[in-house]
Amino acid sequence: MPLNRKIAYIDLTTGDIQVKPIPMEIRKKFLGGRGLDAYLLYNNTKQGCDPIGPDNALMVSGGILTATCAYATARTHVMAKSPLTGLLGSCNMGGFFAPEMAWAGFHHLVIKGKADHPVYLYIHNGEIEIRDARGMWGMPSTDAQWAIRDDLGDQEVKSMVCGQAGENLVAWACVMTGIKNSGGRSGMGCVMGSKNLKAVACRGTMDIKLAHPVEALEFNKRYIEQITSAKVNQTQGTLGTPFIWGATNSWGGIRCRNFQYNQCEYADDMEPERIDEICEETMGPYHMAGCFGCQVHCRAQHRIPEGPYKGIYEEGPEYTSQGAFGGETDTPRALTVLVGNHLVDQYGMDNLETGSIIAWAMELYEKGIITNKETEGLDLSFGNDDAVIEMIKRICFRKGWLGDTLAKGGIPASKIIGKDSFKYLIQVKGMSNLHSDERATPALALNIATGSRGSDHLRSRPAIDLYHLPQDVMRRIYSNPVPYDGPLSSEHTEYIGKPWQVFWHENCYMAVDCFGICKYHTTFLGATCPNFDDWPKVLYYNTGIEMTPREIWDVAERCNNMERLFNIREGLKRDDPEKGDVLNPRYHEEPTRRGAPDVVGRVIEKDKFLEMRAELYKHKGCDEFGVPTQETLKRLGIENEPSHIL
Amino acid sequence: MAPKALYIDYQKCTGCRLCELVCAVKHYGISNPARSRIKVMKWEMEGLYVPMSCQQCQDAPCLNVCPVKAISRDEELGRVMVDYDVCIGCRSCVAVCPFGAMSFNVTDKQVFKCDLCDGEPQCVRFCDRKAVDFVYPDEVSIDKKRVAAERLSKAGKEASALMSEI
Repeated sequence: MPLNRKIAYIDLTTGDIQVKPIPMEIRKKFLGGRGLDAYLLYNNTKQGCDPIGPDNALMVSGGILTATCAYATARTHVMAKSPLTGLLGSCNMGGFFAPEMAWAGFHHLVIKGKADHPVYLYIHNGEIEIRDARGMWGMPSTDAQWAIRDDLGDQEVKSMVCGQAGENLVAWACVMTGIKNSGGRSGMGCVMGSKNLKAVACRGTMDIKLAHPVEALEFNKRYIEQITSAKVNQTQGTLGTPFIWGATNSWGGIRCRNFQYNQCEYADDMEPERIDEICEETMGPYHMAGCFGCQVHCRAQHRIPEGPYKGIYEEGPEYTSQGAFGGETDTPRALTVLVGNHLVDQYGMDNLETGSIIAWAMELYEKGIITNKETEGLDLSFGNDDAVIEMIKRICFRKGWLGDTLAKGGIPASKIIGKDSFKYLIQVKGMSNLHSDERATPALALNIATGSRGSDHLRSRPAIDLYHLPQDVMRRIYSNPVPYDGPLSSEHTEYIGKPWQVFWHENCYMAVDCFGICKYHTTFLGATCPNFDDWPKVLYYNTGIEMTPREIWDVAERCNNMERLFNIREGLKRDDPEKGDVLNPRYHEEPTRRGAPDVVGRVIEKDKFLEMRAELYKHKGCDEFGVPTQETLKRLGIENEPSHIL
Repeated sequence: MAPKALYIDYQKCTGCRLCELVCAVKHYGISNPARSRIKVMKWEMEGLYVPMSCQQCQDAPCLNVCPVKAISRDEELGRVMVDYDVCIGCRSCVAVCPFGAMSFNVTDKQVFKCDLCDGEPQCVRFCDRKAVDFVYPDEVSIDKKRVAAERLSKAGKEASALMSEI
């Protein structure tokens, strides 16, 4: 059964491996995946530990429903202290890795220490082996995965790896599985590189016995129909996530020229339809792929159509690559996006952070804060496609002064560059904002300012706020499973009611991350997708655990508070421009210059933003400084953490 | 009327492997692709995914090779079936199947193959792309003819457009 999957503690310094069951008491409190990882991180690291030192703990996990007959349970979660932010590091990826790890007998790994030479872990039907990876060190992400298969003589092995960026300790290096599935944000690949851990490889053929298989199968079918009936998911399944970029850019919600504009003009060459054309021309009419068990199949397939990388097979690009290598740098050309996307996949570095940092450097170049001297002659002007590609390479291999400096991450780089450079760095808690511009959408701005891993859309973004849903629909969504009778506004430029929406989505997304389900299968982009009311059935039929919607909400709240406790322990302060719940002042000072009539000329009004933040803290059970109160911790049963039960 | 058969159009496959999951859940109540009768073979670097399952052959090598006659044809449902009361587990059928569609389960120590879920194949039910479909065998070629004809006529139009440019 899913509940007999184990946890393994692996010490790479000593080679010691301990395997333990996961007690039911812990399961009911944290379920699994990201939630249980948050507990494990808090319990297995000491305050102030060096993110790239042996004491940092790297958690790798699947959710409690991973590989069961729930729907789309493909997600792998990775957590550690972040080398980029010094706070919570956390990333989540699709593909086939976590299910394979579950069939190999494990739901959670806690990896500590540092191997004295490059190694990889091989997890096979309950056994864990530390194997030599010296021959794979220096390999890009896909080569490393195929080399592991050859080493083990098994083409069915699934691996998560770090690329060269992780080996070179680029602060935002990511973990990769398959061609393009990336645990992108917050530098978990860098933590792998720091531990001399090239990969974790899994192969499993162990049964996962379902509690109520007949019902599990029927409800899987029912939920698939619910999920794929959402128009947004049908569109994802034909155009992939580029359609989100196109839709957002059309009204003015996309960062352009770092943060100078909120819409990318002349972007015809990278509109979703154009990207789709390239996919069709190079891969034929059926060019969408899916992660494990998913019928949304939002992953496009293509071959790079021209240029020096012509003919190479790739997947994506996701909207993040469009934003990173097309919009922010003002190089709205398909080829630049596709090549940039290919390089970061191969090197194993976060596309969002890479594009944002390059766009930041471009603005510094434009302002004269860095010059041809620092760029070593590279013309780092906005719109220079070649410069974008060149900078990706320089950062990965830490080539030249600028490449090496930027690879340390935005805030450390701003301290080295000095002058006014920090002012132009669009970040929260040291992590660059994604490619979207939230100046016209207060709810989304509050989300990035307070996200647990730094500026991020996947922790609490009320994306459906953009749909102008009727009041009764909003009321139905947001009054469940916890009653809410406060104000709600259907208007996306409004401030009222937004803190509750952010709080609700924060718990909703934590819950799916605990289950191991993809966010496209809950109330993220599709307002009609399953959430709290539907999950008890999925959980019961697959695992036998009985929980009410309210109990699942409580788990999510508990896990979010564990993350918050970690961040506070590691130095989060409410108004700290480097580690706080704040926006770059440009959000409050520079009005948007482009976009739809209700979007142009907008700033996030500072006083209203602070009111929203204070209200969010109240919903979350925090004091005025954003610290969870003792009462809240007691209510959630985590007042004695770290408890070291697991 | 002749019974329906599985028709796999691998070009439509997204590689999600839901068919493998639901096959094992349907037959054993267990999630484990090693127990699935359908298996998606992948060439990730090509983006190529090919679901493989039993073809329910008319002149089935597994049936022919079985030394104890445990394998027979079920004409009503158009499938080749294993009688486990007779089967001795020698795996000759596994060795001889040209598609790798006869598998051996090391836990139960039994051979196993697609039984078309007694006429309601779950892999087909769950595949929204219908990369795996359940159709009358004589309909397959007429559909393929239509697609090929479309391709030909499109190519013909492009060729005549080229001619007119000269």
